[in-house]
Amino acid sequence: MNAFLTWLTSFGSPEKFHRVALRFEPWLLGLAVATGVVGLYLGLVKGPADYLQGESARIMYIHIPAAWMSLFIYGFMAFAGFCALVWRFKVAELMAMAAAPIGAGFTAVTLITGSLWGRPTWGTYWVWDARLTSELVLLFLYFGVIGLYNAIEDPRKGARAASLLALIGLVNLPIIHFSVNWWNTLHQGNSINLFAGKSSIHPSMLWPLILMAFATKFWFGASLLARTRAALVEFESGKEWAQAVLFGPRRPQA
Amino acid sequence: MRKGSVLSAFFGVMRRDALSLWRRRADALNPIWFAAIVITLFPLALGPEAAKLARIAGGVIWVIVLLASLLSLDALFRADLEEGSLDLMLTSAQPLAVLAAAKILLHWLATGLPLVAITPIAATALGLSPKALPVLLTSLALGTPIISVIGACAAALTAGLRRAGMLLSLIVLPLVVPVLIFGAGAVEASLTGTSTTQPMLLLAAGLVASIALGPLVCAAALRLGNH
Amino acid sequence: MPDSLDDSGPMLAARGLAMVRQGEPIFGPLDLELRAGEVLLIEGGNGSGKTTLLRVLAGLLAPSEGRIERAGVESEDLIAPLGFLSHALGLRADLSPLEQLDFFACLHGLRPGISAMAALKSVGLEGFERMPVRRLSAGQRKRCALAGLLHTANTLWLLDEPYANLDRDGQILVDRLLEAHIARGGAALITSHGLIEPQVSRVRRMRMEMVDA
Repeated sequence: MNAFLTWLTSFGSPEKFHRVALRFEPWLLGLAVATGVVGLYLGLVKGPADYLQGESARIMYIHIPAAWMSLFIYGFMAFAGFCALVWRFKVAELMAMAAAPIGAGFTAVTLITGSLWGRPTWGTYWVWDARLTSELVLLFLYFGVIGLYNAIEDPRKGARAASLLALIGLVNLPIIHFSVNWWNTLHQGNSINLFAGKSSIHPSMLWPLILMAFATKFWFGASLLARTRAALVEFESGKEWAQAVLFGPRRPQA
Repeated sequence: MRKGSVLSAFFGVMRRDALSLWRRRADALNPIWFAAIVITLFPLALGPEAAKLARIAGGVIWVIVLLASLLSLDALFRADLEEGSLDLMLTSAQPLAVLAAAKILLHWLATGLPLVAITPIAATALGLSPKALPVLLTSLALGTPIISVIGACAAALTAGLRRAGMLLSLIVLPLVVPVLIFGAGAVEASLTGTSTTQPMLLLAAGLVASIALGPLVCAAALRLGNH
Repeated sequence: MPDSLDDSGPMLAARGLAMVRQGEPIFGPLDLELRAGEVLLIEGGNGSGKTTLLRVLAGLLAPSEGRIERAGVESEDLIAPLGFLSHALGLRADLSPLEQLDFFACLHGLRPGISAMAALKSVGLEGFERMPVRRLSAGQRKRCALAGLLHTANTLWLLDEPYANLDRDGQILVDRLLEAHIARGGAALITSHGLIEPQVSRVRRMRMEMVDA
């Protein structure tokens, strides 16, 4: 645990974080594009259409990875928020807040692709399916965190308050998920959904899915580093290192 | 009771808030008026057909109680922050969680409990089946304190903000989704003749957990606003 | 000016205390000590960070640098209990001075030997005990908050601008309260923008200057 803490603290220096992030970013972005292009090609062009749902089921190569990311990023945000609250790392605060809009974006993608898929399958853009409803509540949880962060004037105070809210949300998330499932069975909702019957998935469908899962993770990593970096430079704009980043090594003449 | 003990601080906070609430009792009744008006609006919007109203009565009352509870949350910590008495609580030797618990309990006594109390009238007006009424009342009695706890945490997080109303709802509503689902679901289950034990036990578990953790989280949120 | 007569440690001490907010220095770094039986007067103009310093010392704000010790023990939470007076007086508009004092006592404990009525009388609020604070003047509200200090058991007082909003009699009243407080072995740290001279037997002063960025 101590070694872990030291490692985390070494990241805590804004300048060092900026340097490391700048080095990793292009690699992550490159990996994201590479795995994404291959994954989409295999899924959308090369792979077979679903024998039950036809061509429209191909949207799952975006829908499912996005749904995974929506939860993964919420967990990440809450973890970073926890570090920010307990150890007061400035970088952790900014990372948690940088992750929130990305997570909200993936949640929105999940909802939009789910609804687009719903049109040919259910005959309507929206049904109150358990998973979609859970995603919708998750989107509101993200909005609450983002809204609280933006509403509080002092950004550090805002980040810590929003981090606490993210943690409360994380505790609540399994309960929400369980309650929505319970609600769905109580009201005998529609049981067909994008994830149904995928337990014995064919390898030709599994591979693109795995590739897309990696692509979204890499993209998240790159986007997170870029957003955190930008926030750090803005936050520390008075410091020398940030001036050097913005205007080159020589400080501008007042 | 010795002045300056934890217990006296708990009841001191409750007595002060109750007194100022009593002196502004017209404001204190706002949630009740809100609930009464919205319940009147439903038959006007949906038509007076008794069977239709009876079918949705449980869910409608649950939603209205939830929204009415939010009305008074906005002001829960605002006065303490603006008048500076939060500073006096923080500079006393009393654990802030205990003081927060006193405020939460009073919020429930002043908002949740009266709403539960008028529920039989609302249920009769909407024609809810009498056999579902005890289930509705029990689920509200278990669920409204959870709403007060979660709402107080959100109110503590937004206490320093000028216009917190909308943000407060945005924060609270997704968090209380399970309470609404199990509460309204229990009523639905009792109407369709299935067992209500599971949702009731889940609500009770939620209540115990929020009583145990809520004041601590609420105190942490209040401290964040100050630090 | 004698520094301190007793040889016990300081009631409140700060070492290397500094506050930076959003990259802007607010005050410090500074050291200070407050011993039983003395008043420490912090002088400084508007914007010199007096109020922020007081909130930091009270444990209401976390300092950016440095540490605070209460009776030799360093901890964020052990700073309480203390008598705290700020511009926001902590009074609720709908309550009467008598009810306010009862609330303060519930939180901070009673000072033996002085009833709420007697405390209100000694600050000149006789006859206003049951009137809602809403209807009191600014000076009377300040007197009510001072009565709260008198009525509660705290030995350490942190008072932000105790003389502000008070008439001549009120200022003498503050001096009298401080004198009695240090005579009982209490200590007080007070701020002032320098216009009013506290007439108390043992005052030490400290000057705060604007910090340049």
